[in-house]
Amino acid sequence: MSEVTYKEAIRRAMEDALAEDDRVFMIGEDIAAAGGAFKATEGLWERFGGERVLDTPISEQAIVGASIGAALKGRRPVAELMFADFAGVCFDQIANQLAKYRYMTGGQVTLPVTIRLANGAGAGFASQHSQTVENWFLNCPGLKIVVPGSVADAYALFRAAVRDEDPVLFFEHKGMYNAKGSLTDDAPPVEIGRAAVIRSGEHVTVVATQLMRQRAERAAQALAAEGVEVELVDPRTVLPIDFETIGASVDRTAHLVVVQESPLAGSWGATVAARVVADRFESLDAPPLLISAPDTPVPYAGGLEEAWLPSEQRIADEIRGLLAG
Amino acid sequence: MRLDTTSSSAVVEGDPTDDELLGMLRRMIEIRGFEDEIQRAFTKNLVRGSTHLCNGQEACAVGACSALRPGDSMVCTYRGHGAVLAMGASLERTFAEILGRETGLCRGKGGSMHLTDVEVGAYGSFAIVGAHLPIATGLALAARLDRTEAVSLCFFGDGSTNIGAVHEALNLAGIWRLPVVFFCENNLYGEYSPLPSTTPVEQLADRAAGYGMPGVRVDGNDVVAVRRVVAEAVARARAGEGPTFVEGLTYRHRGHSRTDPAKYRPAGELERWLEHDPIPRLEALLAERGVAAAAIAQARADAESAVAEGYAAALAASAPAVELIHEDVYA
Repeated sequence: MSEVTYKEAIRRAMEDALAEDDRVFMIGEDIAAAGGAFKATEGLWERFGGERVLDTPISEQAIVGASIGAALKGRRPVAELMFADFAGVCFDQIANQLAKYRYMTGGQVTLPVTIRLANGAGAGFASQHSQTVENWFLNCPGLKIVVPGSVADAYALFRAAVRDEDPVLFFEHKGMYNAKGSLTDDAPPVEIGRAAVIRSGEHVTVVATQLMRQRAERAAQALAAEGVEVELVDPRTVLPIDFETIGASVDRTAHLVVVQESPLAGSWGATVAARVVADRFESLDAPPLLISAPDTPVPYAGGLEEAWLPSEQRIADEIRGLLAG
Repeated sequence: MRLDTTSSSAVVEGDPTDDELLGMLRRMIEIRGFEDEIQRAFTKNLVRGSTHLCNGQEACAVGACSALRPGDSMVCTYRGHGAVLAMGASLERTFAEILGRETGLCRGKGGSMHLTDVEVGAYGSFAIVGAHLPIATGLALAARLDRTEAVSLCFFGDGSTNIGAVHEALNLAGIWRLPVVFFCENNLYGEYSPLPSTTPVEQLADRAAGYGMPGVRVDGNDVVAVRRVVAEAVARARAGEGPTFVEGLTYRHRGHSRTDPAKYRPAGELERWLEHDPIPRLEALLAERGVAAAAIAQARADAESAVAEGYAAALAASAPAVELIHEDVYA
């Protein structure tokens, strides 16, 4: 067991995936000798060479399209989009080509493509480099979307993504790259599509991912001192989402809170709330509470961005308000 | 850019034999018959949505695909019935796909614009203009990484040379010298717009220079000339010498889609192009080479009966079971 950063866990997962399977290769901008904009691919080119770690021009459509084409011939590409927001450049390749290809050919092709995307706000990158972009793709059947929120999950979900026969969008929260956690050498595999109960509690189910999971965890500790026991669930995959685990938790606590780093409209959190209300209305003692960011782009200035992101304090206060209802 | 001006009546090394040419003639007549049948089926409401016919462009599809070998791949556009058939897809299953039958190439889930038959190397027909050029580049990347010497052939239209994905793909293939043949079927119209109204260069092959690859313009209604140019590009690709941009100058006999009467075309233009119809041209070439008239007539008869049988069998097949809706989303 070792104590490593979230970024190191991903780097190690890439290294192990490349070592395990010759069909795996990495493709992206400045990921080879430069080691990536966030240094997440450092050392991979040196170990595996230029045919396993490929630098491309600044061409997101070509990166994703070339990954699709190579996967058609049995390769297992791992494409890097330097910032998740750049998915807008290649939205067609992901939403129209990658997601629909298998379906519209009647199952003639499988596309084991993993796309890594650096997600999220908090570091002052402003509107076009800070969004949590997973929500753009929720309406794309054919994709799987994972959002690791811990060191162990980052490693395990990356390995699962590369081994998966279907396309997986792997969102890394760049605000967590330096967060530390333990990684065991024989870490158990994590199945894509399975949530994890991070903390058990009887009073309220809180669902959160990535940076919001970290903040919700600290809010839960503060609430525990007041006698409020939070059950914290991290879905880990937002497409398909594990409604069973979330629903079973709500059946016990009778309260649902979703904390998400995005505007409410069209979000995975809104989908969770809708589904719980539709399927388990009788289980709820109060309307679901959605703690979201404002319906605005991510602002730049420190104070504005801080106010935009749901804080530990806001999360705790809103949960108190719900339970005091 | 250079213009291929070799006359196809003088045989050069590597040209198809008379028998191969008869086979190509048969395939071109099958494609023409297929498209005519689809048009009739459309007017009888047997074809849903839209359909884009390639009448007049058969020499591009058949000539270019004849330069490939097993293991190579082909991707094309939504005007791709001819290209998929030229790769060897079954007439019956291609008809069945467009008629929305379970026996269709894609089990009735793709339709006219997404014809795919991986078994014959037809990796897909794409309905977002230009989106498949990056994918063709990836097919070539796999060939490079796996050292298979396979070649990726990619058909696209004149209109797609103005969309961004095409630029990215040509640039990537150029910088990595990937084994791709980019075959631009220049039929002079992007949807309803004549090429000069959308594109500031007259010869699309000129655009190749910006990607560091050769650009060749060829008479796209001369199947032998197309075959020669593509065979040379394929040989370059297999030898590791990189991609080629081929512009096949051709003409769409029908409108853009469905029942488009193509009234935007100047009077007399269609008639002038019909004089260069690739099918009678190939028949004349065969006669010039001394191939018996009976053999040419037989090729036509075989093609026509294959189309009729394929269509009848496809019509008789059943619609997909509703349960299929949930299959093929994930592996």
